[in-house]
Amino acid sequence: MSAELLEETQTSDDGSVGIVETRSIRLFSADHPLRLASGSEMSSVTVAYETYGTLNADASNAIYICHALTGDAHAAGRHANADRKSGWWDGFIGPGKGIDTNRYFVICANVLGGCQGTTGPGSINPETGLRYCLSFPFLTVRDIVAVHSELVRALGIKTLLAVVGGSLGGMQVLEWAVSFPDQLRAAVVLASAPKLAAQGIAFNAVGRRAIYADPGFCNGDYYESEGPRYGLALARMVAHITYLSEDSIELKFGRRLQDATEFAFSMQKETEFQIESYLHYQGKRFVQRFDANSYLYLTRAMDYFDLSDGFASLAESLSRAQARFLVASYDTDWLFPTSQSRDLVTALLQAGRHVSFLELLCPFGHDSFLIDLDPLAQLVGPFLQRTMDANT
Amino acid sequence: MSPVPRYQIPDPSVLLTDDLILQHITPGSRVIDLGCGDGRLLQRLQDELQCKVQGVEVEHANLFAAIARGLPVIEADLNEGLVDVPDHSFDFAVLSQTLQQVQKPKLLLIEMLRVATRALVVVPNFGHWRVRWEVLRRGRTPVTKTLPYEWHETPNLHFMSMKDFRELMDSIGLRIVKESPIIRGRAVDHLVAANLRADSAFYLLERDPKTQTPH
Repeated sequence: MSAELLEETQTSDDGSVGIVETRSIRLFSADHPLRLASGSEMSSVTVAYETYGTLNADASNAIYICHALTGDAHAAGRHANADRKSGWWDGFIGPGKGIDTNRYFVICANVLGGCQGTTGPGSINPETGLRYCLSFPFLTVRDIVAVHSELVRALGIKTLLAVVGGSLGGMQVLEWAVSFPDQLRAAVVLASAPKLAAQGIAFNAVGRRAIYADPGFCNGDYYESEGPRYGLALARMVAHITYLSEDSIELKFGRRLQDATEFAFSMQKETEFQIESYLHYQGKRFVQRFDANSYLYLTRAMDYFDLSDGFASLAESLSRAQARFLVASYDTDWLFPTSQSRDLVTALLQAGRHVSFLELLCPFGHDSFLIDLDPLAQLVGPFLQRTMDANT
Repeated sequence: MSPVPRYQIPDPSVLLTDDLILQHITPGSRVIDLGCGDGRLLQRLQDELQCKVQGVEVEHANLFAAIARGLPVIEADLNEGLVDVPDHSFDFAVLSQTLQQVQKPKLLLIEMLRVATRALVVVPNFGHWRVRWEVLRRGRTPVTKTLPYEWHETPNLHFMSMKDFRELMDSIGLRIVKESPIIRGRAVDHLVAANLRADSAFYLLERDPKTQTPH
């Protein structure tokens, strides 16, 4: 199975993994279904994934990347030379980069319930021949990780060198370390938390409300029509604010006006400030690439996430983990504040785990882990290397 | 203009201090090093004594360096105590040449013995006769060679003597298991008039079994 993976991804010297393609694999079967935390089962899940770099002979150099809420499998490189944008973590993954594809074999897959190639509410239910819509089974972070875990097995990899993720991706890393402790040697948790705090649930609730309240939502069965595009755009606008910081938003936009030097003094003009224009643009672009039902399912999965669920304490859940942990937060992140990473660190110490932690300084708020990649590379690169060394 | 060193407290070489600490740590034990720098001591504890180590550090460059050594190290400001570290999670807590620099040394010592069974501390002795002489004769704050700071920019916030230290231990219910005065770079078991002659001192501390919780 791993043989087909040994084919090299095209690399170049400019630090990019080059041209990559998203592949597709079918996992699970009627005899070996995916059992979800809600109790339901799925006998078939299609997963969209990408890989970069080369798996070594003993399959010991594989690193799994968990994407955040609206990410996808396309973490690095370009699908075509003409592509305007490269993968969402291209600055961090590539030859000589933080996650060095000259050394490591990197895997990134779209999450279960997503809408970028992996089975989700917009997919066809094989049992009915119709789209799942809201009949798609309820999802948790554990279910998402169970699919990741199965993909890794299907790729012929017994143990991952590391699992790396930020935000909802970091939650997947934590869940993985606790649910499948033998499958990873290191866990890198960035701008994340062992549970979603009330503030995070609150913002998710507003986003979902915007979708539900859109007349185009049609109880989730909207694929033949326009769908809840205004609701979804609004959800994104609100969420986007939570990814920024007061400083970054002030620096980038301030009170500057869009295409004008004076106020219009008119209610007919909806967009006057640059920040308004920016948010509208973010909302509009998001609607083009994301499915509202996936947004509902994935934000709920995030709301439900609490690593200590089913255990006496967070420390008890983490005492199951075997991996060495690297935890980093950002000083301007108010969605996943440092205090939440510190709670995680305390529990890891209580559980006697190997843990390193620091709060990185960066003005870009929650999104810092996607933007400020140099310090991240200086931190994660050597951490991975030492983990690799400890093996041999 | 850099200050002219007047009295120089001979800082025992880093190596000596490390060796001294290593001698007092049980192989295989759990050790937390407070202000661990780039993890130099932790590395030795791990390699030579197979200890299960943890570092605490505030400088980012040091944190990056320790992580690059593959050591577990967490960012924390010792001025805020050890809030992230659970009770009784270590056998030894180490604090080398740092106590005089934290805002609340008493709080930190209590914290050390909350998280660990025993504490190893190396502190400078500002009771040394040359210090006293400098102050008396010239009426000036002594400037050291290794910490060549004037009074207004020194990281040393507290100037304690061995006598002061013993008294504090007594008052907060911590027991001095061992005291080794350090003179001219050498740790000794006994030193006549230690408070006058020692440059610094090494202490092995534990909670006084008679006292339930230090205060």
